[in-house]
Amino acid sequence: MASLGSPLRTLRSLLRELRYVSAKAGRPYRDMAAYQHLREAFRAHRITSEKLCRAQHELHFQAATYLCLLRSVREHLALHQVYHARGERSTEEAAGLVGLKLPQQPGGKGWDP
Amino acid sequence: MWRRCQRLFYAWPPQTPRLCPTPPFGGPRLSLPGTARTYTPPTGGFEINLDHRKLKTPQAKLFTVPSEALAIAVATEWDSQQDAIKSYTMHLTTLCNTVLDNPSQRNKDQLIRAAVKFLETDTVCYKVEEPAGLVELQKNEWDPMIEWAEKRYNVEIGSSTSILGPNIPARTKDTFTSHLASYNTWALQGIEYVIAQLKSLILSMGVIDRHIPVEKAVLLSRLEEEYQIQRWGNVEWAHDYDLYELRARTAAGTLFAHLCSESSTVKHKLLQD
Repeated sequence: MASLGSPLRTLRSLLRELRYVSAKAGRPYRDMAAYQHLREAFRAHRITSEKLCRAQHELHFQAATYLCLLRSVREHLALHQVYHARGERSTEEAAGLVGLKLPQQPGGKGWDP
Repeated sequence: MWRRCQRLFYAWPPQTPRLCPTPPFGGPRLSLPGTARTYTPPTGGFEINLDHRKLKTPQAKLFTVPSEALAIAVATEWDSQQDAIKSYTMHLTTLCNTVLDNPSQRNKDQLIRAAVKFLETDTVCYKVEEPAGLVELQKNEWDPMIEWAEKRYNVEIGSSTSILGPNIPARTKDTFTSHLASYNTWALQGIEYVIAQLKSLILSMGVIDRHIPVEKAVLLSRLEEEYQIQRWGNVEWAHDYDLYELRARTAAGTLFAHLCSESSTVKHKLLQD
């Protein structure tokens, strides 16, 4: 049963992820609907009179799940861009790997490529 | 070209991620959708507007979700698209599309049956006998989960080292069937997605019941891989890639299931002095 940590930390990480999203969208992050919703949710459910509040834990779990989603999508995309986003090498580059050059045929190949 | 690319927008049937390099889905669009906003029509439910045009599912139905938080999350997903629409990063949108369109025409019973079927080949019930470190790790990590599930649902599951797997009594399956039947279709689609990703009913129930966080569930699902990584080393472009993709999909599925199955009320209590 792993603990979720403090809600403040989750909120701050969520805001940081939203800043990354808004940097892509080109808008300030305070305009985003997600920012408003998170702020209201965290403020409204901060204080309850009960010592062990199950609803608070549920909300914190939801926030932590959303944080995991945003973070993993960003990291996955970053890894994809670094390792898997380049297309195949062209024939010239592939030949150049071993020091060969493709033949130049000024008359054309004689058939459709 | 839009019709051919439609099937990338569904969460079911499951598509294996492609590791060979491909150009981004859709290519550069002529006009990238700008701001994505949620909108509440008077009939209830929530829609998404992209640049004042309503978002539609691949089968051209209107995209309506029952929960406002879900609509905001979907709008955020669309906002994070830059240069090209990468549908493999929009997990919540694909889940919503699957529920709204239901491309494989599955009703609630079929969903529940597919989910409970995973119990017979549940990951945490299959143990190995060979490398002693892995046996120890499985005993320490998986046994508490099985005990928790047995206690929480009052069933018997057990684990086995044989190739046939554990012998699940019919009463266990009935208990899980009736428990899953208490969720609505939207939440059930999310739950079934999580089960298919983690390859384990027990771990999915642990996450849906908020017993373990998503990262821990993914770790337990990939326990043998983590053991081998610690032994032989980590390959970033394969191991980390798979790890983050699994985490993203599982987190999307659980968030979807939770947002579609809850309703919240705020009760203000007066301070009594």
